[in-house]
Amino acid sequence: MSSIDLVVNGEKRRVEARPMERLLDVLREELRLTGTKEGCGEGECGACSVLLDGRLVNSCLIPVLQAEGADVRTIEGVEKTPTGKALQDAFLACGGAQCGICTPGMVLAAVYLLDKNPRPTGEEIRDGLAGNICRCTGYTKIFDSVAAAAKALHDEGSTR
Amino acid sequence: MRGAPGDVELRQPQGLAAVLALLAAEPGVWTPLAGGTDVMVQYEAGQLAAKKLLSLARVPELLGVRTTATGIEIGALATYMEIQEHDVVRQEFPSLAAAGAETGGVAIQNRGTLGGNIANASPAADSPPALLTYDAEIELVSTHGTRRVPYATFHLGYKKTAMRPDELIRAVHLPRRAKAAPTLVHHYRKVGTRKAQAISKVVFAATAWREGAILRDVRLAFGSVAATTVRARAAEAALEGRALDVKTVSAAIAALGQDVQPIDDIRSTGPFRRQVAAHLLRGFLDRLA
Repeated sequence: MSSIDLVVNGEKRRVEARPMERLLDVLREELRLTGTKEGCGEGECGACSVLLDGRLVNSCLIPVLQAEGADVRTIEGVEKTPTGKALQDAFLACGGAQCGICTPGMVLAAVYLLDKNPRPTGEEIRDGLAGNICRCTGYTKIFDSVAAAAKALHDEGSTR
Repeated sequence: MRGAPGDVELRQPQGLAAVLALLAAEPGVWTPLAGGTDVMVQYEAGQLAAKKLLSLARVPELLGVRTTATGIEIGALATYMEIQEHDVVRQEFPSLAAAGAETGGVAIQNRGTLGGNIANASPAADSPPALLTYDAEIELVSTHGTRRVPYATFHLGYKKTAMRPDELIRAVHLPRRAKAAPTLVHHYRKVGTRKAQAISKVVFAATAWREGAILRDVRLAFGSVAATTVRARAAEAALEGRALDVKTVSAAIAALGQDVQPIDDIRSTGPFRRQVAAHLLRGFLDRLA
Protein backbone atom coordinates (compact mmCIF):
# COMPACT_ATOMS: atom_id res chain seq x y z
CA MET A 1 0.00 0.00 0.00
CA SER A 2 1.11 3.57 -0.69
CA SER A 3 -0.11 6.93 0.56
CA ILE A 4 -1.36 8.87 -2.43
CA ASP A 5 -2.35 12.53 -2.27
CA LEU A 6 -4.85 14.02 -4.68
CA VAL A 7 -7.26 16.92 -4.80
CA VAL A 8 -10.84 15.77 -5.19
CA ASN A 9 -13.53 18.38 -5.87
CA GLY A 10 -11.24 21.05 -4.47
CA GLU A 11 -10.37 19.21 -1.26
CA LYS A 12 -6.99 17.66 -0.46
CA ARG A 13 -7.42 13.95 0.16
CA ARG A 14 -4.92 11.25 1.12
CA VAL A 15 -5.74 7.64 0.32
CA GLU A 16 -4.01 4.39 1.20
CA ALA A 17 -4.11 2.33 -1.94
CA ARG A 18 -2.18 -0.05 -4.11
CA PRO A 19 -0.63 1.82 -7.09
CA MET A 20 -2.61 -0.28 -9.61
CA GLU A 21 -5.98 0.36 -7.98
CA ARG A 22 -8.28 2.05 -10.43
CA LEU A 23 -9.10 5.70 -9.77
CA LEU A 24 -12.74 4.61 -10.16
CA ASP A 25 -12.49 2.21 -7.20
CA VAL A 26 -10.62 4.69 -5.03
CA LEU A 27 -13.32 7.30 -5.65
CA ARG A 28 -16.20 4.92 -4.97
CA GLU A 29 -14.80 2.63 -2.27
CA GLU A 30 -12.29 4.79 -0.37
CA LEU A 31 -13.80 8.23 -0.78
CA ARG A 32 -17.42 7.04 -0.99
CA LEU A 33 -18.09 9.24 -4.00
CA THR A 34 -20.52 6.82 -5.59
CA GLY A 35 -21.86 9.25 -8.19
CA THR A 36 -19.16 7.97 -10.55
CA LYS A 37 -20.46 4.68 -12.01
CA GLU A 38 -18.86 1.59 -13.44
CA GLY A 39 -20.36 0.36 -16.70
CA CYS A 40 -18.08 -1.67 -18.95
CA GLY A 41 -14.81 -1.30 -17.06
CA GLU A 42 -12.88 -1.08 -20.33
CA GLY A 43 -13.11 2.51 -21.50
CA GLU A 44 -15.97 1.99 -23.93
CA CYS A 45 -19.04 3.34 -22.12
CA GLY A 46 -18.07 6.54 -20.32
CA ALA A 47 -20.09 5.85 -17.13
CA CYS A 48 -16.93 6.36 -15.04
CA SER A 49 -16.02 9.73 -16.63
CA VAL A 50 -14.31 12.29 -14.39
CA LEU A 51 -12.22 15.38 -15.04
CA LEU A 52 -8.52 14.82 -14.35
CA ASP A 53 -6.63 18.13 -14.35
CA GLY A 54 -9.52 19.52 -16.37
CA ARG A 55 -9.54 16.78 -19.00
CA LEU A 56 -12.34 14.29 -19.49
CA VAL A 57 -11.07 10.75 -18.80
CA ASN A 58 -12.38 7.27 -18.02
CA SER A 59 -11.51 6.64 -14.36
CA CYS A 60 -11.62 2.86 -14.92
CA LEU A 61 -8.48 3.10 -17.09
CA ILE A 62 -6.39 5.12 -14.63
CA PRO A 63 -4.22 3.47 -12.00
CA VAL A 64 -4.47 5.73 -8.98
CA LEU A 65 -0.71 6.26 -8.92
CA GLN A 66 -1.03 8.16 -12.21
CA ALA A 67 -3.53 10.51 -10.52
CA GLU A 68 -1.12 11.37 -7.69
CA GLY A 69 -1.10 15.13 -7.15
CA ALA A 70 -3.85 15.62 -9.72
CA ASP A 71 -7.00 17.69 -9.54
CA VAL A 72 -9.95 15.30 -9.84
CA ARG A 73 -13.50 16.48 -10.34
CA THR A 74 -16.44 14.10 -10.08
CA ILE A 75 -20.17 14.60 -10.51
CA GLU A 76 -20.41 15.52 -6.80
CA GLY A 77 -18.16 18.53 -7.41
CA VAL A 78 -19.35 19.42 -10.88
CA GLU A 79 -23.02 19.67 -9.88
CA LYS A 80 -22.16 22.75 -7.80
CA THR A 81 -20.69 24.68 -10.75
CA PRO A 82 -22.89 26.90 -12.98
CA THR A 83 -22.37 24.61 -15.99
CA GLY A 84 -23.01 21.48 -13.93
CA LYS A 85 -26.14 22.98 -12.39
CA ALA A 86 -27.48 24.11 -15.78
CA LEU A 87 -26.93 20.63 -17.17
CA GLN A 88 -28.60 18.95 -14.21
CA ASP A 89 -31.65 21.21 -14.57
CA ALA A 90 -31.78 20.60 -18.32
CA PHE A 91 -31.48 16.79 -17.94
CA LEU A 92 -34.46 16.91 -15.55
CA ALA A 93 -36.51 19.26 -17.72
CA CYS A 94 -35.84 17.47 -21.01
CA GLY A 95 -36.04 13.87 -19.82
CA GLY A 96 -32.32 13.30 -20.37
CA ALA A 97 -32.06 10.88 -17.45
CA GLN A 98 -33.87 7.57 -17.06
CA CYS A 99 -32.16 4.79 -15.09
CA GLY A 100 -29.32 7.17 -14.22
CA ILE A 101 -26.28 4.94 -14.64
CA CYS A 102 -24.91 6.84 -17.63
CA THR A 103 -26.06 10.26 -16.41
CA PRO A 104 -23.06 11.36 -14.30
CA GLY A 105 -20.73 10.46 -17.18
CA MET A 106 -22.96 12.22 -19.69
CA VAL A 107 -22.97 15.35 -17.52
CA LEU A 108 -19.17 15.25 -17.12
CA ALA A 109 -18.70 14.87 -20.89
CA ALA A 110 -21.13 17.74 -21.45
CA VAL A 111 -19.34 19.95 -18.89
CA TYR A 112 -16.05 19.30 -20.69
CA LEU A 113 -17.68 20.08 -24.04
CA LEU A 114 -19.42 23.29 -22.93
CA ASP A 115 -16.35 24.61 -21.12
CA LYS A 116 -14.40 24.27 -24.40
CA ASN A 117 -17.22 25.17 -26.75
CA PRO A 118 -20.12 27.06 -25.12
CA ARG A 119 -22.29 27.09 -28.27
CA PRO A 120 -21.92 23.63 -29.82
CA THR A 121 -23.83 22.53 -32.90
CA GLY A 122 -25.91 19.36 -32.76
CA GLU A 123 -23.09 17.51 -34.49
CA GLU A 124 -20.54 18.81 -31.97
CA ILE A 125 -22.75 17.66 -29.08
CA ARG A 126 -22.91 14.18 -30.65
CA ASP A 127 -19.12 14.13 -31.07
CA GLY A 128 -18.55 15.35 -27.51
CA LEU A 129 -20.77 12.61 -26.07
CA ALA A 130 -19.75 9.84 -28.49
CA GLY A 131 -17.75 8.01 -25.81
CA ASN A 132 -20.77 7.76 -23.48
CA ILE A 133 -23.29 4.98 -23.94
CA CYS A 134 -26.93 5.11 -22.80
CA ARG A 135 -29.26 2.11 -23.00
CA CYS A 136 -32.49 3.94 -22.03
CA THR A 137 -33.06 7.26 -23.69
CA GLY A 138 -32.13 6.69 -27.32
CA TYR A 139 -29.83 9.74 -26.91
CA THR A 140 -32.13 12.34 -28.45
CA LYS A 141 -33.30 13.65 -25.08
CA ILE A 142 -29.71 13.74 -23.83
CA PHE A 143 -28.59 15.80 -26.84
CA ASP A 144 -31.64 18.06 -26.30
CA SER A 145 -30.64 18.47 -22.64
CA VAL A 146 -27.11 19.58 -23.53
CA ALA A 147 -28.42 22.02 -26.15
CA ALA A 148 -30.92 23.41 -23.61
CA ALA A 149 -28.20 23.83 -20.97
CA ALA A 150 -25.95 25.63 -23.48
CA LYS A 151 -28.82 27.97 -24.36
CA ALA A 152 -29.67 28.60 -20.70
CA LEU A 153 -26.04 29.41 -19.87
CA HIS A 154 -25.81 31.70 -22.88
CA ASP A 155 -29.08 33.51 -22.07
CA GLU A 156 -28.01 33.90 -18.45
CA GLY A 157 -24.65 35.32 -19.58
CA SER A 158 -26.23 37.81 -21.96
CA THR A 159 -28.77 39.16 -19.44
CA ARG A 160 -26.12 39.77 -16.80
CA MET B 1 -11.29 -12.64 -14.42
CA ARG B 2 -10.36 -9.05 -13.91
CA GLY B 3 -6.75 -8.19 -12.99
CA ALA B 4 -6.09 -7.64 -9.29
CA PRO B 5 -4.11 -4.61 -8.10
CA GLY B 6 -1.97 -6.82 -5.88
CA ASP B 7 -0.77 -8.95 -8.81
CA VAL B 8 0.80 -6.17 -10.86
CA GLU B 9 3.68 -3.97 -9.74
CA LEU B 10 3.51 -0.37 -10.94
CA ARG B 11 6.40 2.06 -10.69
CA GLN B 12 6.47 5.68 -11.73
CA PRO B 13 10.04 6.98 -11.98
CA GLN B 14 10.79 10.69 -12.28
CA GLY B 15 12.41 11.55 -15.60
CA LEU B 16 13.63 9.72 -18.68
CA ALA B 17 17.02 8.64 -17.27
CA ALA B 18 15.36 6.70 -14.44
CA VAL B 19 12.95 4.99 -16.85
CA LEU B 20 15.75 3.99 -19.25
CA ALA B 21 17.92 2.70 -16.39
CA LEU B 22 15.14 0.36 -15.28
CA LEU B 23 14.50 -0.84 -18.86
CA ALA B 24 18.25 -1.48 -19.27
CA ALA B 25 18.60 -3.28 -15.94
CA GLU B 26 15.76 -5.71 -16.65
CA PRO B 27 15.02 -5.65 -20.40
CA GLY B 28 11.67 -7.13 -21.32
CA VAL B 29 10.52 -7.28 -17.70
CA TRP B 30 8.97 -3.80 -17.54
CA THR B 31 6.10 -2.83 -19.81
CA PRO B 32 5.73 0.91 -20.33
CA LEU B 33 2.34 2.38 -19.40
CA ALA B 34 1.40 5.74 -20.92
CA GLY B 35 -2.30 6.68 -21.16
CA GLY B 36 -3.47 3.16 -20.35
CA THR B 37 -6.01 2.93 -23.15
CA ASP B 38 -4.59 -0.43 -24.27
CA VAL B 39 -2.67 -1.77 -21.25
CA MET B 40 -5.40 -1.01 -18.71
CA VAL B 41 -8.04 -2.60 -20.94
CA GLN B 42 -5.98 -5.81 -21.05
CA TYR B 43 -5.48 -5.58 -17.29
CA GLU B 44 -9.21 -5.19 -16.67
CA ALA B 45 -9.92 -8.19 -18.87
CA GLY B 46 -7.38 -10.28 -16.95
CA GLN B 47 -5.36 -10.62 -20.19
CA LEU B 48 -2.30 -8.59 -19.27
CA ALA B 49 0.76 -10.81 -19.54
CA ALA B 50 3.06 -8.22 -17.94
CA LYS B 51 3.47 -8.31 -14.17
CA LYS B 52 5.55 -5.14 -13.96
CA LEU B 53 4.43 -1.82 -15.39
CA LEU B 54 6.42 1.35 -15.78
CA SER B 55 4.30 4.50 -15.72
CA LEU B 56 5.58 7.25 -18.04
CA ALA B 57 3.41 9.92 -16.41
CA ARG B 58 6.42 11.70 -14.87
CA VAL B 59 8.68 11.82 -17.93
CA PRO B 60 8.64 15.38 -19.30
CA GLU B 61 11.17 14.48 -22.02
CA LEU B 62 8.36 12.66 -23.87
CA LEU B 63 5.89 15.56 -23.84
CA GLY B 64 4.97 18.22 -26.34
CA VAL B 65 4.93 18.99 -30.04
CA ARG B 66 7.75 21.09 -31.50
CA THR B 67 8.07 22.50 -35.00
CA THR B 68 11.11 23.62 -36.95
CA ALA B 69 11.41 24.95 -40.51
CA THR B 70 11.91 21.44 -41.89
CA GLY B 71 9.95 19.19 -39.60
CA ILE B 72 7.68 18.54 -36.68
CA GLU B 73 8.59 16.49 -33.62
CA ILE B 74 5.72 14.91 -31.72
CA GLY B 75 6.62 13.64 -28.25
CA ALA B 76 5.61 10.03 -27.60
CA LEU B 77 3.20 11.14 -24.87
CA ALA B 78 1.32 13.60 -27.10
CA THR B 79 -2.34 12.60 -26.83
CA TYR B 80 -4.78 12.20 -29.71
CA MET B 81 -6.44 15.38 -28.42
CA GLU B 82 -3.19 17.36 -28.51
CA ILE B 83 -2.49 16.11 -32.02
CA GLN B 84 -5.89 17.01 -33.44
CA GLU B 85 -5.78 20.46 -31.81
CA HIS B 86 -2.23 21.38 -32.92
CA ASP B 87 -2.26 24.06 -35.64
CA VAL B 88 0.66 22.74 -37.71
CA VAL B 89 -0.64 19.16 -37.54
CA ARG B 90 -4.09 20.33 -38.67
CA GLN B 91 -2.73 22.42 -41.54
CA GLU B 92 0.12 20.29 -42.88
CA PHE B 93 -0.65 16.78 -41.63
CA PRO B 94 -4.47 16.76 -41.65
CA SER B 95 -4.69 12.96 -41.97
CA LEU B 96 -2.89 12.63 -38.64
CA ALA B 97 -5.19 15.21 -37.05
CA ALA B 98 -8.15 13.24 -38.44
CA ALA B 99 -6.74 10.00 -37.01
CA GLY B 100 -6.56 11.69 -33.59
CA ALA B 101 -10.19 12.75 -33.85
CA GLU B 102 -11.34 9.28 -35.02
CA THR B 103 -9.65 7.30 -32.24
CA GLY B 104 -12.16 6.48 -29.52
CA GLY B 105 -14.28 9.12 -27.83
CA VAL B 106 -13.10 12.31 -26.15
CA ALA B 107 -12.08 10.57 -22.90
CA ILE B 108 -9.87 8.15 -24.85
CA GLN B 109 -8.45 10.97 -26.98
CA ASN B 110 -7.43 12.77 -23.77
CA ARG B 111 -5.42 9.76 -22.59
CA GLY B 112 -4.28 7.70 -25.57
CA THR B 113 -0.85 8.68 -26.88
CA LEU B 114 0.80 8.58 -30.29
CA GLY B 115 3.75 6.64 -28.86
CA GLY B 116 1.39 4.11 -27.34
CA ASN B 117 -0.56 3.72 -30.58
CA ILE B 118 2.73 2.86 -32.33
CA ALA B 119 4.25 0.66 -29.60
CA ASN B 120 1.05 -1.35 -29.21
CA ALA B 121 1.62 -2.35 -32.86
CA SER B 122 -1.95 -3.22 -33.72
CA PRO B 123 -2.59 -3.49 -37.48
CA ALA B 124 -5.96 -1.81 -36.80
CA ALA B 125 -4.45 1.31 -35.19
CA ASP B 126 -5.72 4.63 -36.54
CA SER B 127 -2.59 6.78 -36.73
CA PRO B 128 -0.15 4.47 -38.63
CA PRO B 129 -1.66 4.92 -42.13
CA ALA B 130 -1.29 8.69 -41.72
CA LEU B 131 2.28 8.28 -40.43
CA LEU B 132 3.16 6.15 -43.47
CA THR B 133 1.89 8.73 -45.96
CA TYR B 134 3.89 11.43 -44.17
CA ASP B 135 7.24 9.54 -44.12
CA ALA B 136 7.40 9.48 -40.34
CA GLU B 137 10.54 8.47 -38.48
CA ILE B 138 10.47 6.98 -35.01
CA GLU B 139 13.08 8.19 -32.53
CA LEU B 140 14.05 5.42 -30.12
CA VAL B 141 16.00 6.06 -26.96
CA SER B 142 17.87 3.82 -24.54
CA THR B 143 20.82 4.07 -22.16
CA HIS B 144 22.97 3.48 -25.28
CA GLY B 145 21.72 6.64 -26.98
CA THR B 146 19.14 7.44 -29.61
CA ARG B 147 18.47 6.15 -33.11
CA ARG B 148 15.89 6.87 -35.75
CA VAL B 149 13.96 4.22 -37.65
CA PRO B 150 11.79 4.99 -40.69
CA TYR B 151 8.22 4.19 -39.73
CA ALA B 152 7.88 2.10 -42.90
CA THR B 153 10.34 -0.45 -41.44
CA PHE B 154 9.27 -0.21 -37.79
CA HIS B 155 6.48 -2.81 -37.76
CA LEU B 156 7.95 -6.22 -38.57
CA GLY B 157 4.81 -8.31 -38.21
CA TYR B 158 1.67 -8.74 -36.15
CA LYS B 159 2.43 -7.00 -32.83
CA LYS B 160 6.18 -7.12 -33.65
CA THR B 161 8.37 -4.03 -33.90
CA ALA B 162 12.00 -3.07 -34.57
CA MET B 163 12.25 -1.76 -31.00
CA ARG B 164 14.59 -3.53 -28.54
CA PRO B 165 13.22 -4.36 -25.08
CA ASP B 166 15.49 -1.75 -23.47
CA GLU B 167 14.25 0.98 -25.83
CA LEU B 168 11.45 3.47 -25.57
CA ILE B 169 9.82 5.62 -28.25
CA ARG B 170 10.84 9.20 -27.49
CA ALA B 171 9.25 11.04 -30.39
CA VAL B 172 7.84 10.84 -33.90
CA HIS B 173 9.37 13.06 -36.57
CA LEU B 174 7.53 14.18 -39.70
CA PRO B 175 9.25 16.15 -42.47
CA ARG B 176 7.36 19.25 -43.63
CA ARG B 177 6.67 19.17 -47.37
CA ALA B 178 6.39 22.88 -48.07
CA LYS B 179 6.80 22.61 -51.85
CA ALA B 180 3.89 20.34 -52.70
CA ALA B 181 1.74 21.56 -49.85
CA PRO B 182 -0.57 24.05 -51.64
CA THR B 183 -2.10 21.52 -54.03
CA LEU B 184 -1.50 18.31 -52.11
CA VAL B 185 -4.74 16.47 -51.34
CA HIS B 186 -4.82 14.71 -47.97
CA HIS B 187 -7.40 12.00 -47.47
CA TYR B 188 -8.25 9.96 -44.35
CA ARG B 189 -11.14 7.56 -43.92
CA LYS B 190 -11.87 5.04 -41.22
CA VAL B 191 -14.60 2.45 -41.61
CA GLY B 192 -15.85 0.83 -38.41
CA THR B 193 -19.05 -0.63 -37.02
CA ARG B 194 -20.22 2.79 -35.92
CA LYS B 195 -18.91 6.29 -36.43
CA ALA B 196 -17.47 6.76 -32.94
CA GLN B 197 -15.53 4.58 -30.55
CA ALA B 198 -15.13 1.62 -32.92
CA ILE B 199 -11.98 -0.24 -33.94
CA SER B 200 -11.52 -0.08 -37.70
CA LYS B 201 -12.56 -2.69 -40.23
CA VAL B 202 -10.41 -0.79 -42.73
CA VAL B 203 -8.55 2.48 -42.23
CA PHE B 204 -7.04 4.45 -45.11
CA ALA B 205 -4.79 7.49 -45.51
CA ALA B 206 -3.58 8.92 -48.80
CA THR B 207 -1.90 11.93 -50.34
CA ALA B 208 -1.37 12.97 -53.96
CA TRP B 209 -1.59 16.02 -56.18
CA ARG B 210 -2.36 16.67 -59.81
CA GLU B 211 -0.09 18.37 -62.30
CA GLY B 212 -2.69 19.02 -64.99
CA ALA B 213 -4.17 15.55 -65.50
CA ILE B 214 -1.07 13.76 -64.19
CA LEU B 215 -0.97 12.25 -60.69
CA ARG B 216 2.12 13.00 -58.60
CA ASP B 217 3.53 11.82 -55.26
CA VAL B 218 0.81 9.22 -54.76
CA ARG B 219 0.95 7.60 -51.32
CA LEU B 220 -1.64 5.11 -50.18
CA ALA B 221 -1.62 3.40 -46.78
CA PHE B 222 -4.10 0.94 -45.31
CA GLY B 223 -4.67 -0.48 -41.83
CA SER B 224 -6.59 -3.65 -40.86
CA VAL B 225 -5.83 -5.28 -44.22
CA ALA B 226 -2.62 -7.17 -43.34
CA ALA B 227 -0.47 -8.11 -40.32
CA THR B 228 0.88 -4.55 -40.26
CA THR B 229 -0.23 -1.24 -41.70
CA VAL B 230 0.89 -1.29 -45.34
CA ARG B 231 1.69 1.06 -48.21
CA ALA B 232 -0.25 -0.01 -51.29
CA ARG B 233 2.80 0.00 -53.57
CA ALA B 234 1.22 -1.76 -56.56
CA ALA B 235 -1.75 0.61 -56.61
CA GLU B 236 0.60 3.57 -56.17
CA ALA B 237 2.65 2.40 -59.19
CA ALA B 238 -0.54 2.13 -61.25
CA LEU B 239 -1.33 5.77 -60.48
CA GLU B 240 2.00 7.60 -60.25
CA GLY B 241 2.74 9.71 -63.33
CA ARG B 242 -0.46 8.60 -65.10
CA ALA B 243 -3.38 10.69 -66.27
CA LEU B 244 -6.34 10.34 -63.95
CA ASP B 245 -8.96 8.65 -66.13
CA VAL B 246 -11.30 5.66 -65.99
CA LYS B 247 -8.61 3.29 -67.25
CA THR B 248 -6.10 4.40 -64.63
CA VAL B 249 -8.66 4.08 -61.83
CA SER B 250 -9.56 0.52 -62.91
CA ALA B 251 -5.88 -0.46 -63.12
CA ALA B 252 -5.23 0.94 -59.63
CA ILE B 253 -8.19 -0.89 -58.11
CA ALA B 254 -7.04 -4.14 -59.75
CA ALA B 255 -3.47 -3.60 -58.50
CA LEU B 256 -4.73 -2.94 -54.97
CA GLY B 257 -5.67 -6.62 -54.82
CA GLN B 258 -1.94 -7.45 -54.57
CA ASP B 259 -1.35 -4.90 -51.80
CA VAL B 260 -3.96 -6.01 -49.28
CA GLN B 261 -4.28 -9.44 -47.67
CA PRO B 262 -7.12 -8.99 -45.21
CA ILE B 263 -8.24 -11.79 -42.90
CA ASP B 264 -11.56 -12.78 -41.35
CA ASP B 265 -11.71 -11.80 -37.69
CA ILE B 266 -14.09 -10.64 -34.99
CA ARG B 267 -14.65 -7.28 -36.69
CA SER B 268 -15.09 -8.17 -40.35
CA THR B 269 -14.31 -10.61 -43.16
CA GLY B 270 -11.49 -10.67 -45.67
CA PRO B 271 -13.71 -10.29 -48.76
CA PHE B 272 -15.65 -7.39 -47.22
CA ARG B 273 -12.42 -5.62 -46.31
CA ARG B 274 -11.12 -6.04 -49.88
CA GLN B 275 -14.26 -4.43 -51.21
CA VAL B 276 -14.13 -1.59 -48.67
CA ALA B 277 -10.45 -0.93 -49.46
CA ALA B 278 -11.32 -0.65 -53.17
CA HIS B 279 -14.19 1.75 -52.40
CA LEU B 280 -11.95 3.87 -50.19
CA LEU B 281 -9.34 4.15 -52.96
CA ARG B 282 -12.05 5.06 -55.47
CA GLY B 283 -13.35 7.74 -53.08
CA PHE B 284 -9.88 9.29 -52.85
CA LEU B 285 -9.47 9.29 -56.65
CA ASP B 286 -12.92 10.88 -57.02
CA ARG B 287 -11.73 13.69 -54.79
CA LEU B 288 -8.67 14.22 -56.99
CA ALA B 289 -10.72 14.30 -60.22
